[in-house]
Amino acid sequence: MLNPDLVGRTFLGATSRVISDAAIKNFADSLGYGAYAEGDAAPPTFGITITLEESQSLLQGSGLDWNRVVHGDQRFTIISPLRAGMSVTCNCTIESARTVAGNEIVTVRSDLISQSQTILSSWSTLVFRG
Amino acid sequence: MNDFYVGQELPSKTFVVNRARLIHYADASGDQNPIHQDEAFAKSVGLENVIAHGMFTMGLAGQYVSHIAGDNSLVREFSARFVKPLVIPADVNVELVVMATVTDIDSESVRLEINARSGELKVLGMAKAVLAKPGSQI
Repeated sequence: MLNPDLVGRTFLGATSRVISDAAIKNFADSLGYGAYAEGDAAPPTFGITITLEESQSLLQGSGLDWNRVVHGDQRFTIISPLRAGMSVTCNCTIESARTVAGNEIVTVRSDLISQSQTILSSWSTLVFRG
Repeated sequence: MNDFYVGQELPSKTFVVNRARLIHYADASGDQNPIHQDEAFAKSVGLENVIAHGMFTMGLAGQYVSHIAGDNSLVREFSARFVKPLVIPADVNVELVVMATVTDIDSESVRLEINARSGELKVLGMAKAVLAKPGSQI
């Protein structure tokens, strides 16, 4: 079970990463987008490639079993579309954690920051099956 | 988008989902959870078979929304609930049909309610998107 003291805390991403054209192109191809031109905005769900990995590292580090996770719901607010060449860091906040019928339901907010501005916020509700 | 009206039902699009596409998405997204690729593993954790990543089905709905918007950069909000897993047996092409209704329009944006089904199965619930009108400031 998640330590309740972690709820409401924000974990600042330590490393920044640069979004590549290849990463956007491969993601767009996998979803059947037509031609991706260099410099195009990423698909609206591309942020998940960063936020889910950061959430996984935070929650696994907090003792939750990633092998038992199911995605419950997902929301994105995109302030500025992601594009190749952007350098971003990811801050994660555990917004809520509750236990329902033996399952632990955790909502993580992830904010992608570029040049000190939040450019995308993601809310992932993850269900850890008991 | 300027010709849209509230209540308008936008044309549907049918996507094909199979094991090869799930592997491609796993590689592209970094989500290598074996329940989306390995039938024996999926069954060992109580699933009927391999299931599509929720984010793959939402990503296909996102492709549909991007197409309606005319540009990825105009999609400002996008949300969905993963209601039922989409089961993908080996060597089968499963169809996912995505459609949307215009629910609200203001000077800056268009709101959509999105429907994603596979046959009778409702895959996404409460799926919504907000598109910025071209040239607006949001």
